[in-house]
Parts: sequence; structure tokens; C-alpha cells
Amino acid sequence: MLFDGLSFSLPAGAAGLVAGPNGVGKSSLIRIAAGLLRADAGTVRHPPTRALMAEAHALDPARRLVDALAFWASLDAAPARARERAEHALAAVALSTIAEVPVRLLSTGQRRRAALARVVASGASLWLLDEPANGLDVASVGVLERLIARHRADGGIALVATHMPLDLPDAQKIVLPC
Amino acid sequence: MLTLILRDLRIGWASGGIVNALAFFLLVTILFPFAVGPDTALLARIGGGVIWAAAVLAALMPVERLIGPDTESGVLDQLAVRGVSLSAVAAAKIVAHWLGFGPPLMLAAVIAAGLLGLPAATLGTVELGLLIGTPGLAALAVATSALVTGLRGAGSVAGLVMLPLAVPLLIFGAGSIDGGAGALKLLAAVALLLVAGAPFVAGAAMRAGME
Repeated sequence: MLFDGLSFSLPAGAAGLVAGPNGVGKSSLIRIAAGLLRADAGTVRHPPTRALMAEAHALDPARRLVDALAFWASLDAAPARARERAEHALAAVALSTIAEVPVRLLSTGQRRRAALARVVASGASLWLLDEPANGLDVASVGVLERLIARHRADGGIALVATHMPLDLPDAQKIVLPC
Repeated sequence: MLTLILRDLRIGWASGGIVNALAFFLLVTILFPFAVGPDTALLARIGGGVIWAAAVLAALMPVERLIGPDTESGVLDQLAVRGVSLSAVAAAKIVAHWLGFGPPLMLAAVIAAGLLGLPAATLGTVELGLLIGTPGLAALAVATSALVTGLRGAGSVAGLVMLPLAVPLLIFGAGSIDGGAGALKLLAAVALLLVAGAPFVAGAAMRAGME
């Protein structure tokens, strides 16, 4: 068993910060919240749309970045404007200049930012971010913090698991017992 | 659904998987004349069965790339988070896999029939049988792929899982060359069973693979 007796709720505009040492179950908590893992006991109530940023980037390596993102954007909402939303999201993570580059040529940090762009493009109200700052440089961490802040200002919710210090104002700390 | 089918078709084409399976199919059919000798009458008699055996073996070729890469790269996770049912994902993969496998294989079978000196009437029956049977093979390949994903040596395990289950398709497919309509109906029944059951088996296997 990883943890039990854990209970929290995040109202609109709130952020949850899951902290704790390696192996304590941060990623598992995120996956449970995403509906990918079943909890042995207990329930998860979530808004209708969720977006997940996990370790795997899930972008087709052979396709151009903007096309790979547009594929996911077309599943998230009206396919007609998927490409436009993908381009907007790429601009938000400062990747517009390499939008036409195939995903396989991207660096680790660029892939992480592309995965973040998918979350931005999804328009989901609940963001589930698993170690979002991994592989990001200082400037990109700032972008990440600003995007989360803007999402919360728009009434969105973010649940963030991280072992790196992230500046999330008034975030609710969710401590997993070891 | 259509988006998923198109994506899988594109990947199948770009990765060369479609061409590989066809080349393998033709290679196996070419091996037989070398093994049994250039006896035209004998080759014409066994040619239909050879094509069917080669088709089943060729169906095994792409198994490793059908589901495995999507599990590893997190594509299945992302689909599940969006509330897409994994059985629907599996159904889309079966359709896409068949489109990239069935019709090209039927074309390649014409070439193989020429190489084996198959009579036109036999070729007609073989083509009809392949049209009915290849959806079953495609469904079986996707289900097998979902079952063995994540195992060490997935490729070799896939053969052990899939080939025994493909035996009914092989029996009724090759049997239809002599057996006629009765064997084709049984072939259709087996293929239908596989096509109907595989999405749920594959969906459950993918879900189990996530946990």
C-alpha cells in the first residue's frame, strides 16, 4: 500500500501541490486522479475534462510538432480549429519557431514543453501535471508557473506533483505519508 | 474514431510495416517451389494452401508494432484520460490494420498465384477466402499485440499466442479451395467471432497494462 486516509478537494482556481520523497506515490496519485489507476478504496470526483502531463510525451515522433499536437487537439474539441489551438498553445510555451520540426528531432526539454502545450491546448478544467518541471530550463519553469497561474485565474484547477520548487501561490499542500 | 484510424494507417505506412509484411508474404510463397521442386502440377495443387499459410505467417509480422509503441509513448494513457474507450481504440486499430494488410495482401496473392502457377478458378476462391479471412487475422493480430505488450521477448511470445488461434482460419480458408461454399461460411463464422471479440479482449488487455 502506498497511502491511505488521503482526502482533499480543490475548488475552482485552486492548485494542489503533491510533495514528498521519491517512491512515496506522487505519480500514482496523479494517475488515480486521471482515472488510469484504480484506487483500492475511495472515490475520485473530477470535473468533466481532465488533461494529463506525464513522463511520456505521447507525440508521434515522425510528425511535425504542430501536426502531432493538432491530432490531440482534434480529439479534445471541435476538429475544425484544432490546428489553430495547437499553434496558440505552442506560442504559449515559446515553441512557435520549431512548430514545423519533426518531434523526433526535439530535445528533452522541448518535448516537455510540447507536452505542456498539449495540456494548454486541451482546454480542460483540471490539469494533472506529473513532475512538469523535469527537464525544463529556468526560463521554461517561469513559463510553466505563469501558465498555471493563468489557468487558475480562468477558474481552472491544477494538481501538481513535483520534487522541484515551483512557485504556486496559495497552493494547497498535499503531503503523502511515507 | 476516424482520426484514430487515419493516424494508425499513417504510422503503419510510414514505419514500413505494411511493405514488410507483404515482402515477407511473397518470400514465404517463393520458398515453397524451392523446397518441393519445380513440379507444376504439384505446385498448382498445393499453391492455395501455401498462400494461406504464408498469409497467416505474414499476419504475425506487424504484431509488435500495433500496440506496444502506443503503450510506451503514453498515447493510450492520453486517450484514456480523454475518456476514449479502449475497446473503441482497439476497434479503430483493427480497422486501420486491416486496411493496411488485407487489400494489399489480396493484391500480393495475385503475384504469388502467378509464381506458383495457380489456376484462375483457384485464385478466385483464394481471393474470396482472403477477403473473408483477413479481417479475422487483423483482429487476432491486434488482440495478440495488446496481450503480449510489455512482456520481455514480446515478438516470440506473440507467435505462440497467435498461431494456434489462427489455425481455424487456416483450416477453413485453405479448405475452401476444395470444400467450396461450406468452408467459406465456416471461415466467415470464425472471422466474425474474432472481429467481434477482439476489441473487447484487446481493450481489457490495454487497461490491465496501464495498472
